[in-house]
Amino acid sequence: MDRRDFLTARRKKRTANQEATPAQTFRTNSGISPYTGPWTEQEIIHLLKRTMFGAKKADVDYFRTRTMSQAVDELLTPTAPAPAPPVKEYTTSTQPGTPDGNIAQGTTWINDINNDGTVQSQRRASYKKWWTGVLMNQDRSIREKLVMFLVDQFGNEALDVNSGNWAYRQHSLIRQYALGNYKNLVRDITKDLMMLRYLNGYLNVASAPDENYARELMELFTLGKGPDSRYTEADVKEAAKVLTGWQINYTTWAPVFNSARHSTVNKTFSSFFNNTVITGRTGATAGDLELNDLLNMIFLQNEVAKFIVRKVYRWFVYYTIDAATEANVITPLADIFRNNNYELKPMLSALFKSEHFFDMLNRGCYIKTPSDLVVGSLREMNIQFRPATDWDTNYGLWNTFYAWMVNLGQNLHDPPNVSGMPAYYQEPAYHEIWINSDSLPKRNQFTDIMINSGYARNGFRVQFNCVAFAQTLSNPGNPNDLIDEALKFFFRNDISAQSKAQIKTQILLTNQQWDYYWTNAWAAYVSNPTTANFNTVNTRLRSLFQYFFNLSEYQLA
Amino acid sequence: MKRRDFLFNTIPAAALLPEVIDGYSVKAFNANSPLVQALMRGDTLTDHVLVIVQLAGGNDGINTVIPVADYSNYFNARSNVAIPQNRILSIAGVNGTGLHPSMTGLQSLFTEGKAKVIQAVGYPQPNFSHFRATDIWMSASNSTQEVYNGWAGRYLNYEYPNFPTGYPNPDAPDPLAIQIGSTTTLTTQGPIVNMGMSITNPTTFYNLITGTTDPAPATPAGKELTFIRTVNQQTQKYATVIRTAANNVPTQGTYPANNSLADQLRIVARLIKGGLKTRIYMTSFGGFDTHSVQTNTDTTTGAHATLLQRVSDAIRAFQEDLRGLGVEERVLGMTYSEFGRRIKSNSSIGTDHGAAAPMFLFGTSVEAGMLGVNPTIPANANVNDNVPMQYDFRSVYSTILQKWFCLDKTTVDSLFPPNINTQLQNLPLIKAGVCTTVTPPPPPPVPDRVKVLYNYPHPFNDDTEIFFKTEGGHTMVQVFDTMGRVVAHLLEKDYTGPAQDKVKFEASGLPTGIYYARLQNGVVQHVWPMMKVR
Repeated sequence: MDRRDFLTARRKKRTANQEATPAQTFRTNSGISPYTGPWTEQEIIHLLKRTMFGAKKADVDYFRTRTMSQAVDELLTPTAPAPAPPVKEYTTSTQPGTPDGNIAQGTTWINDINNDGTVQSQRRASYKKWWTGVLMNQDRSIREKLVMFLVDQFGNEALDVNSGNWAYRQHSLIRQYALGNYKNLVRDITKDLMMLRYLNGYLNVASAPDENYARELMELFTLGKGPDSRYTEADVKEAAKVLTGWQINYTTWAPVFNSARHSTVNKTFSSFFNNTVITGRTGATAGDLELNDLLNMIFLQNEVAKFIVRKVYRWFVYYTIDAATEANVITPLADIFRNNNYELKPMLSALFKSEHFFDMLNRGCYIKTPSDLVVGSLREMNIQFRPATDWDTNYGLWNTFYAWMVNLGQNLHDPPNVSGMPAYYQEPAYHEIWINSDSLPKRNQFTDIMINSGYARNGFRVQFNCVAFAQTLSNPGNPNDLIDEALKFFFRNDISAQSKAQIKTQILLTNQQWDYYWTNAWAAYVSNPTTANFNTVNTRLRSLFQYFFNLSEYQLA
Repeated sequence: MKRRDFLFNTIPAAALLPEVIDGYSVKAFNANSPLVQALMRGDTLTDHVLVIVQLAGGNDGINTVIPVADYSNYFNARSNVAIPQNRILSIAGVNGTGLHPSMTGLQSLFTEGKAKVIQAVGYPQPNFSHFRATDIWMSASNSTQEVYNGWAGRYLNYEYPNFPTGYPNPDAPDPLAIQIGSTTTLTTQGPIVNMGMSITNPTTFYNLITGTTDPAPATPAGKELTFIRTVNQQTQKYATVIRTAANNVPTQGTYPANNSLADQLRIVARLIKGGLKTRIYMTSFGGFDTHSVQTNTDTTTGAHATLLQRVSDAIRAFQEDLRGLGVEERVLGMTYSEFGRRIKSNSSIGTDHGAAAPMFLFGTSVEAGMLGVNPTIPANANVNDNVPMQYDFRSVYSTILQKWFCLDKTTVDSLFPPNINTQLQNLPLIKAGVCTTVTPPPPPPVPDRVKVLYNYPHPFNDDTEIFFKTEGGHTMVQVFDTMGRVVAHLLEKDYTGPAQDKVKFEASGLPTGIYYARLQNGVVQHVWPMMKVR
């Protein structure tokens, strides 16, 4: 089935009311008025678990010194430089026609033009490992989550295009715009090499227009296919004509506009677009001029802002958008987005500072993506990697964690198709798609392995250190405090006092009655960290954390 | 029959055997099957079950199993908690030692010949810390060793080496060990993974078998939590077998109320009767760390008395239930605690951490009575005096592995620390002959109307006779192994008419495992599985 058939099939599922409300809603009427409630660790952890990968204690402690508004501002204003580019961690293959021996190991391949398939598949892998490392080392901002959101939004598949270089370029383009102007991002990504290739833009010629990009531009990147998006098939055809003429120069790796292949007729759009006519142009500037006209026309539609805002909402808040949320949250946020000429930051700021975002009903309901689980758990357990000079160890380990995310259903920059990850669009299950009888045991297996053995490369081991984590808590000698404080980070949903007591007794106290047995064991270790004393507390803490991570509560953020 | 016809009717030696043979699926018996491997070792054909009762906290052995013959020293050492002599319960067949007055249930088991007490079980250089001592009892390590797996875990790992990869499977469809009332413990920790499954409390068990999840708040978070819990339950790979086993047992005997050990043992009995092949069940009962107010002024009552009563009543109810359910013969029970308590009581009407203490075994296969003698109580006991060990607890485990789980000594030795394993004693805990009568799996049902092909004895050690019926004419009997190779061509002759005959299959030089007798008579053929054991 080619992409068009697949997408047509999918569309048939969605002709029903897109925002069908489930039987039980328990949604809220809260809107985007600024949140004025308490600003405690609970709120900080909620904010960080959504805007970053996991809520690291160090980050939580940092934001306790800031107000809510300052915290959101800082999260939306990254100051850290862009991450250093991927390096060549692979060995020059003897297979390709043009091996990339000119690139030394440990140096970057991003500027080296090499069209060989073998080299590019090595670089694709390299890119994925690099990106995983970027996530693991993320700066204290929303940037990495936004980049991931936008890469998924445009839904290109690196495997399909088979270019590590172009995947990295598209990633960099998106990174550039992550807190910038969405309309300009759409404009520039139209001419991105990976996009031109993936959605056939480079084959789109006047004599036989290819509608692939035109369709996805409207359906997935701007207007969506909801009840208020009423572009027609004819509109898609006309848009395809606008987009004709672009090609790829494989020697210089640049997009090229070939006016000879461009349709010079006027393009007439439907009443949905107010019967706009885009004047057909000739010459070298035709492509850009008509593209700008097309985007201006599309972005005039109110629905664009709403469609994008709904996507943001489903990525950061929850997947159910009922009538109240549509009216009280989506619509006003869309207004902000549109009125700021599609700058992402003001809209995001309004969202994350809103009473709706901090509403109790929106906490703890977000099923962790594989990246939330894998990257988030490593960050929360303070896993450190090697310095950048040891790229061999780092990339090897990052590859393991990239593979785990794939195993759990998330392949960075390789979604199942251009619609992106099903958890973010497939109704009615949405986020619940992450959890099934295959993936859930694997999620538990991941944290079990990280506790019991971790992964090692070149003699360097990454493994959850439960004793070290306990030492960061305020009162680890008291078993009740230890459990309460640890669960603050691990669970967004409280478990009963009875359950905590049972867990304490069975695990920390190994069925003894008295708390002081744990206290004494901990004190003995602290004052005299012999192997035996370490093992006494370590075996119990490992069992404790393993038990926590295996509970359903751990899968929610 | 002409040679030409014979060749036409012969199947080649390496041909496929039929998929299902009288109820045994061919797939189940392949060379990689753990069952076959176990048969090769010749130790696994057992349906014996061990039920472990952990008394957590350090049970005061001297007030549990009371040295009546030494009563005055006993009383002088701990007058504020000592049991009055006329209240001590007698133990059938034992003089000079009695039980705490609460333990009427256990006393009746002694009377019925179903209980044994082992005096003063411990180990060299005992450790007085709960955590360390518990780890030692669970890992069976020496006092100064750090061992991160459990004795039962090592045993199960020996029997089921690839667990959990490939499990459950038709040969091992059930959990290898089940811990009820606690999270999985060190006892069943194998070298790599924990070999046991935990049912953290009875509610979890009842949720599991009825498919209910804990209530969650009516919020989006609650909705997602319930969803994940449901998937969690569905992925509990043993959920189905547990549910099936539980549903096979509609009624049980009576158990005392307000007794968490009874709640756990009730579940154990249900799963045993329900048909799980699980070998080890662990239950846990805490509160024995009686540093203070161990008794009331009436020393026969109080905290310790209540604990012992609950343990005794629960075990009695459990044993009665097993008898009523008809599975009594299969079960051996064992109690242990991480240490005993000090001979001399303290001034808080309690006792502090001690060393060796008694263990109880219960079941129809125990050699009833007492092993060992009363611990010596010094005339002027001081605070440093402890009960010296008479038996090493590793000897108890080793005896159970050999005499109850029927492992050979060499294998058992390998499961214990190398410097002491050869010193472990074979204790007289289990009745003789329990291991030689290995329970074979039930023979496949033979259709009444025609007993065309079968063997006896079944299973067999060296030889077996293959009985067959022929309609007359060309008749051939061969034996194949699981790889489809002909290992014996026993008979080929023409019968003038219908007949019943037999032929001997001598297999003394052959490996243990499954063999298939094949009868070919004219156009008809029958295959019959036979099992050679060590």
